[in-house]
Amino acid sequence: MLTLAHLTVEYDGAPAVVDASLALEDGHVLAVLGPSGSGKSTLLRAVAGLEPAAAGSISWDGHDLAGVPTHRRGFALMFQDGQLFGHLTVARNVGYALRLRRTPNAAARVRELLALVGLEGYEDRLPATLSGGERQRVALARSLAVQPRLLLLDEPLSALDAGLRERLATDLRDILRAAGTTALMVTHDQDEAFTVADRLAVMRDGRIVQQGDIAEVWRAPADPETALFLGYARVLSGPRAGALLRAAGLREAPAVAVRRSALVVADRGPLSGTVVSGRVTPELIRLVVDVDGIGELDAVARLDTHPGAGDRVALVVDASRLAVTPAGH
Amino acid sequence: MRRALALAALAAVPLAVLGVFFVLPVLGMVSEGFWTDGRFDPAAVLEVLGRPRVHRVVWFTVWSASAGTALSLLLGVPAAHLLHRRRFPGRRVLRAVLLVPFVLPTVVVGVAFRELIGEAGPLGFLGLDGSAAAIVAGLVFFNVAVVIRAVGAAWESLDPRPAEAAAALGASPAHVFRTVTLPMLRPAIMSAASVVFLFCATAFGVVLTLGGLRYSSVETEIYLLTTNLLDLQAAAALSIVQLVAITSLLVVTSRLRAVPDPTLARSTARPPRVSRADWPGLLATGLVVVLVGLPVAALVAGSLQVGDGYGLANYRALDTVGSRSALLVPVTDALVTSLRTAVDATWMSLSLGLLVAVVVTRRSRSRTERRARGLLDGLFMLPLGVSAVTLGFGFLITLDRPPVDFRDSLLLVPIAQALVALPLVVRTLAPVLGGVDDRQRQAAASLGAGPLRAFLTVDLPAMWKPLLAAAGFAFAVSLGEFGATSFLAREDHPTLPIVIYHLIGHPGAMNYGMALAASVVLAGTTALVMLLVERLRVPSVGSF
Repeated sequence: MLTLAHLTVEYDGAPAVVDASLALEDGHVLAVLGPSGSGKSTLLRAVAGLEPAAAGSISWDGHDLAGVPTHRRGFALMFQDGQLFGHLTVARNVGYALRLRRTPNAAARVRELLALVGLEGYEDRLPATLSGGERQRVALARSLAVQPRLLLLDEPLSALDAGLRERLATDLRDILRAAGTTALMVTHDQDEAFTVADRLAVMRDGRIVQQGDIAEVWRAPADPETALFLGYARVLSGPRAGALLRAAGLREAPAVAVRRSALVVADRGPLSGTVVSGRVTPELIRLVVDVDGIGELDAVARLDTHPGAGDRVALVVDASRLAVTPAGH
Repeated sequence: MRRALALAALAAVPLAVLGVFFVLPVLGMVSEGFWTDGRFDPAAVLEVLGRPRVHRVVWFTVWSASAGTALSLLLGVPAAHLLHRRRFPGRRVLRAVLLVPFVLPTVVVGVAFRELIGEAGPLGFLGLDGSAAAIVAGLVFFNVAVVIRAVGAAWESLDPRPAEAAAALGASPAHVFRTVTLPMLRPAIMSAASVVFLFCATAFGVVLTLGGLRYSSVETEIYLLTTNLLDLQAAAALSIVQLVAITSLLVVTSRLRAVPDPTLARSTARPPRVSRADWPGLLATGLVVVLVGLPVAALVAGSLQVGDGYGLANYRALDTVGSRSALLVPVTDALVTSLRTAVDATWMSLSLGLLVAVVVTRRSRSRTERRARGLLDGLFMLPLGVSAVTLGFGFLITLDRPPVDFRDSLLLVPIAQALVALPLVVRTLAPVLGGVDDRQRQAAASLGAGPLRAFLTVDLPAMWKPLLAAAGFAFAVSLGEFGATSFLAREDHPTLPIVIYHLIGHPGAMNYGMALAASVVLAGTTALVMLLVERLRVPSVGSF
């Protein structure tokens, strides 16, 4: 079990991570989600032993890791761009850590790992001949080779294109589950975090602002900024929040975060408004509607409807796409 | 704390060597100037600096170095463009050939120029013998290679897209060059210029052999004051002047040195063919080829001249001690000594240089650590600027008593030469090590590899070619080293450059012919080594 207690990491005196506390149970996958510059990569590097802690501690099963160099921590680190050793074949890359430990029967283990990541028969290829996705799979196999007690993933899928990223995220989750690996992943991509992880910590300006079970965090963002970062389109407060919550049949609260698809155009509904603009996407029509008594909100309509700017529409609220949050500052 | 200790441990050996064999001798030389009979006496230094001859010497050094630098840039920059950004048959061979002058022994170049422009030489009618113009030409002969190399390497890896964007916006080629290309090249040109100035200002062999008695630079003046006039105090005073000037120049240089950015978009686009628009490059390259080719041709021709005809008599005489016993040992013995010394100097500078390169290129975690590494980097560049004569003389006066009595040690010469070659070795290795993505080492470490194992996995595969190249470089520099060696070589164990210098100084056509033949042998050996190095295609060789 990984425990971070009041960890602070500084670069030349400027704090990059401030007072971060985290716990990660064995077998879980924790995603640290944050915008770029939020300190999430520094957090990961500190856990890997690549940056010293200015204050606080990082410990594993209760043992403080301060002073334990990277290569003795038993944490495998996988980079955004894989960082395969260019002069070694795929098999030698994957078997690198096995050779370091003189593991018998390494060749069989390498074959097994390559099968796990779906790259059977790639043993003798050189990294330069692989596609980006294949390289990341090899990097993953290399990291998993010696069954690290903790796998550290630094934006593992960010360098890939969108379609591949989605597919590989699912694969990554399945591989981590199958191997029973404890993993800490940093990413700025909500979808990636949601697909791969079961726990979530949100970082902003070097601080961990919220953490917990991933669905819970999504359901109840700690503050308006977190809600916006998690993909909620707007955060309403005061009477506007009250009006929307009443329409959704929920209890009133000081603030509410609204996803883009929370309002749906229907034949009749508790809310009505005037369409401001509309945009057709492959699956539905996305609208901006000036809702009576609330103001501008996002809404969606089915493709077979044709609301135009200036049209009056009725709206129903999908309560599962709202999140009650504490009021903003 | 652990990192600080590791840094200190890695730096300890090179620092100790530098301390004993560089700082100590140089300090010894400096204190010679300030202390008279055990008394601190700075007035003597000031007295020396007031002498009119010293003024003349300093002025000559400054203007000849400036002229040499300007001409090297004028020829080198267009030639770099042609040789590194244009495609034509024989380009690689030409590039390799033009790199050779830089490591040619200075004495050999001096001899070659005298053979060309001397009274009896093919260009004797120009009356350039013993003139300042001849000295400047000699300086350019050496240093144009440095400019071509440093600027060419930068030009080759320049992202061509900004220039293309400017052209697409309607800029003419000249305008593109002035507003886009030149600003991007400025760091490389500035750093080449400062290094060339450094080399010109401390040139020894060329000025000594071409300048005769009329022209003397600070470097040769130190030599003359020490060996001929025995005015040690004046020599020390001049050394101090040189040390201060060159240290400040080095500080400026290190500021200017472009930091290679590994994330920089490197273009590997095929260079276009030569076209008529490349006339400046063609002209400059042609001039460089003439400048480099003529003296060498004159040297070879002279070495084959026997009486009124041609023959190999001069070469056959190389296993003798010359007419009227000009030498203590045959030239062939000196060649063997040279090769042995070069082997020793090579392994010494290579092992020191590797340690230094590792120390200065590791990623720093704090500002203090970065400063410490920067300081070390600068410190190990110092031998580049401190004159070899000062170093050699310092060796003589400080390493002659216990606990450091090396006077009779045969290792003294290779150690001095290793220090002279050290900056070049570091400059060849450091960019390569610095270009290795640090995350590769981190990946290895996270897989369980210790520092040594990570070095073997990540750094060594990237390094073995640069290591070989640096070895060749150090070998060539050691073969040609004259300044420090002239002080330190024992009479019964001279190196080839020393023997050549002796032979020129002794009267007799036979001795002169032998000097020419020995020069050809020495030049051929260093050229061979350099051509092998060039085949390794290491981009950082010879760029500073």
